[in-house]
Amino acid sequence: MILDRFANPARFLRLANAILPWCVGATTIMLAAGLYLGLFVAPPDYQQGDSVRIMYVHVPAAWMAMFVYTNIAIASAVSLIWRHPLADLAANASAPIGAAFTFLALVTGSLWGKPMWGTWWVWDARLTSVLILFFLYLGHMAITSAFDNPARGAKAAAVLALVGFVNVPIIKFSVDWWNTLHQPASVFRMGGPSIHPDMLWPLLAMGLGYTLFYVVLLLLRIKSELIGARLRALDSLRQDAA
Amino acid sequence: MTRKRRRLYMVLAGMATLGVAAALILTAFQDNIVLFCSPSDIQSKASCAKRDIRLGGLVEEESVTRDADGITISFRVTDLSNSVPVTYKGILPDLFREGQGVVTEGTVNAQGIFVAREVLAKHDETYMPKEVADALKQSGQWRDETEAQ
Repeated sequence: MILDRFANPARFLRLANAILPWCVGATTIMLAAGLYLGLFVAPPDYQQGDSVRIMYVHVPAAWMAMFVYTNIAIASAVSLIWRHPLADLAANASAPIGAAFTFLALVTGSLWGKPMWGTWWVWDARLTSVLILFFLYLGHMAITSAFDNPARGAKAAAVLALVGFVNVPIIKFSVDWWNTLHQPASVFRMGGPSIHPDMLWPLLAMGLGYTLFYVVLLLLRIKSELIGARLRALDSLRQDAA
Repeated sequence: MTRKRRRLYMVLAGMATLGVAAALILTAFQDNIVLFCSPSDIQSKASCAKRDIRLGGLVEEESVTRDADGITISFRVTDLSNSVPVTYKGILPDLFREGQGVVTEGTVNAQGIFVAREVLAKHDETYMPKEVADALKQSGQWRDETEAQ
């Protein structure tokens, strides 16, 4: 299996070190370009005027909230089924990043809702299911560190991640299955995007920038976890020798 | 069967069971998950036949009138088959206009008029610059929210 090639932490570290600088550079360029295009170049919306610019921060954050959770669910399945040594690390390293994206989506959504809808919050299916996603992230982080034995914590968190994955399609299709105050999908929808190309391109640039930013943070977090484990191993060796 | 394969099937079976359970629960609570009732729902759905509800739909064209006091506004909310008269006293969201989607919260009074405590604006998934919207309207290719329903 191809995943086995990355099971060796030393090989993973070599690979991570090789691609990290490129990812950092690409993240900086994409986020700078996306923000510039979104905030200054993209036209105001015919209905919402300049308020529409919150979209360039809000929508990619919401995409990442679901994307990162999907990654955690996949890593959890890989960990439970194939006991891949890096899968738990990837899942645990992703959780706080995903929680931060979800929080950003909730806060920017609220700031956008007040001027456009006339309310900060409403308990419709989309907003509520995203709030549940945020709690799932927090629960995942809490369970991971709730056991004395880290392996048991990782296993319990992996089960939670898989159970909570049911929520991801509910978030995506909530706006189609039930009536909500939140609008239906503008980009990933049947019949193609219903958003003008002048506004779509800056949005996609931001989406790519957010994704690269996630990759950078993920690699850094896994790296520091691996180095930490190595330090702890050296420490116990030294104590044995003394 | 190897242990890996057995674990794979267990995870797959678990996810499938969870998916079915979630689908059943959501279907059972269908009427409670919706945010608002349409004017037609009020007549046909038991869960919407209460006094205190959220009513959603489009602001009917040429139905908005302002009272002499300047803050009371009356309009009709329609789903293009039925409509309900609404009055509201207060500040409206910027997006409120005829033909726009709205969600109102309030109660039906003795005269059958829906007295709204809150009016929220709902917009659709279309985004475009103003010039494009104007050009589409001029060339007659504009698909209004009212027609799109």
